[in-house]
Amino acid sequence: MKIHEYQGKELFRKYGVATPRGVPCFSADEAVAAARTLGGKVWVVKAQIHAGGRGKGGGVKVAKSLDEVRKFASSILGMQLKTHQTGPEGQKVRRLLVEEGADVRKELYVGMVVDRGTQRVCLMASSEGGMDIEEVAAKTPKKIRKVFIDPATGLTDGEAEAISRQIGVPEPSVGQARELLQALYKCFWETDASLAEINPLIYTGEGRVIALDSKMNFDDNALFRHPDIVAMRDLDEEDPLEIEASKYDLSYISLDGEIGCMVNGAGLAMATMDTIKLFGGAPANFLDVGGGATAEKVTAAFKIMLSNPKVKAILVNIFGGIMKCDTIAEGVVAAAREVHLSVPLVVRMKGTNEELGRKILKDSGLPIISANNMADAAKKVVAAVKKTKTKKKPKKKSVKKPVKKAVKKKSVKNPAKKAKGKKK
Amino acid sequence: MSILINKDSRVITQGITGKTGQFHTRTSRDYANGRACYVAGVNPNKAGENFEGIPIYGSVADAKRQTGANVSVIYVPPPYAAAAIWEAVEADLDLVICITEGIPVRDMIEVRDRMRKQSRRTLLVGPNCPGVITPGELKIGIMPGHIHKKGRVGVVSRSGTLTYEAVGQLSELGIGQSSAVGIGGDPVNGLKHVEVMKLFNDDPETDAVVMIGEIGGSDEEAAAQWVKQNMKKPVVGFIAGVTAPPGKRMGHAGAIISGGKGTAQEKLAVMEACGIKVTRNPAEMGKLLKSVLR
Repeated sequence: MKIHEYQGKELFRKYGVATPRGVPCFSADEAVAAARTLGGKVWVVKAQIHAGGRGKGGGVKVAKSLDEVRKFASSILGMQLKTHQTGPEGQKVRRLLVEEGADVRKELYVGMVVDRGTQRVCLMASSEGGMDIEEVAAKTPKKIRKVFIDPATGLTDGEAEAISRQIGVPEPSVGQARELLQALYKCFWETDASLAEINPLIYTGEGRVIALDSKMNFDDNALFRHPDIVAMRDLDEEDPLEIEASKYDLSYISLDGEIGCMVNGAGLAMATMDTIKLFGGAPANFLDVGGGATAEKVTAAFKIMLSNPKVKAILVNIFGGIMKCDTIAEGVVAAAREVHLSVPLVVRMKGTNEELGRKILKDSGLPIISANNMADAAKKVVAAVKKTKTKKKPKKKSVKKPVKKAVKKKSVKNPAKKAKGKKK
Repeated sequence: MSILINKDSRVITQGITGKTGQFHTRTSRDYANGRACYVAGVNPNKAGENFEGIPIYGSVADAKRQTGANVSVIYVPPPYAAAAIWEAVEADLDLVICITEGIPVRDMIEVRDRMRKQSRRTLLVGPNCPGVITPGELKIGIMPGHIHKKGRVGVVSRSGTLTYEAVGQLSELGIGQSSAVGIGGDPVNGLKHVEVMKLFNDDPETDAVVMIGEIGGSDEEAAAQWVKQNMKKPVVGFIAGVTAPPGKRMGHAGAIISGGKGTAQEKLAVMEACGIKVTRNPAEMGKLLKSVLR
């Protein structure tokens, strides 16, 4: 889970990481009032969106008068801020952070993340702050210093001081830097963060060490023990389809293609996307229905996929382990009926209760295309997409379909009604 | 032979009284020698009771003492799963297989750290994994047993269902498996590809190995380098996620630490450079393995 910069700084302050004084605002009036309260002559007006690269996109402005604070706040609030992380459509700015200005002498970089190799939290720091750190890593990897923190001791005084000196913190400020890094680690560890980043970390003309920025992500698996962090979630910053999916415990990510995929297991889901691509198609989404999915969950998955207007066909690929094929089949049939499925559906199922699952699909009377293996499924769904594209001329439709499907169609004509009738 | 588990393993189920634990203990016990192998369950509140004839003990240590069990499988819910792993490690079992999905990373960092610092000999598979199966002998975990076939090919994978996919393909081609190991999809886990690869290399009844990976981290690269230097048997591989969008799952800083490592393309390239035959088509993992069998 991600939070805004101003929320991250609130956490920072709680743990003793020095930050500039600042106030979150939702209107230009609030911004001016905040600047007045903060006092001083220079303020920074910062757009609050989850994506990085806000400065380059015009979302961060330095104001030298209250009039400028009002001007910048008015122009930034409501803008579609485009950065390298938002995608071409940008992200609407709904919140601002107004901060006191800082006398920046030097910009540094500090980040923390879990390192899989050592199975420890890794502190990364660099003298090259304020830049895209991935670029620094690619071009001058030696400028990034690392400490792999022992979870039993935490970040030691010696480690914190050594890395501070390595990235060029001047000697009189090393003590402050040590305290800040140790506080950051405590914050990372105790909040179950997955990423904490300060870019830039600065030291001022007076030698103060301050976190000018804050980026924090949290381990979703640990949110159950942090209701205070869950309360910071800003749904405006998330893909509505991903939010809808998370309500049903589905893992969903929107992509650019036209073939919706519903798969169980992240690895198989990725492999299914790869196979679609291999046979000339493009996946519209990643969707892992996980283990133990109910018919309700599968129905939700179907609705979410179909709410993407780009979807021209759907591929369901299930290898049953935890999840049984008959559960999936029931879900697929129920969902197809409920949404009056109008795009081709290819289903490939294998594993526990495979036969029963296939029987349910077959007996449903729905025009579901069955596939034997992943490649077969991918080929069939790619072909189905091509067919719907060429079929746009109504003539072909009437030539191709009627003979074989007329018989079947009778029973499918109004699936919703049929289902209702059955229940009664 | 096989790796990690066989018909002589004696298994404790931690979390035997939960719905998931019950379901999978039942199916695992019904597989091959399961009836003899599943000897105990653990639940501190239900000691003295039994689950369909399997006695329940108050602790792993007690279960081990009473039954001689050497392996445990964990279905305990995520908030308590790391503690369950540690209990099994402290009881000095040979192997702990943790199926539980959703354990906080911090909990895993702490358990792994303690295991290392105390030089514990207990091996951990998982968490967030399907488990381990030695076909025809013993199934410990949530994989569908019937798709497996006894034989001489090892399978190791980070994914659950993608492992089943590979196994299913092998079995359909008449190629049986010595053992199939799901090492799990969590960032901080127990055995990694390279360690399982070493076990397969030393197993006289494994002739070849299918290695399946996915984007993120650099475990597959490490295993590939080891294979190049040490492996006496052919290895084939597949990496899932060629079409996965970059940076979507792993954080921005995560990309730094692996120095640009972690894409499927890069993993595939390293594997090929290390002499591992790879396919871009997951429907052909079985065929590819067949092509390297002598």
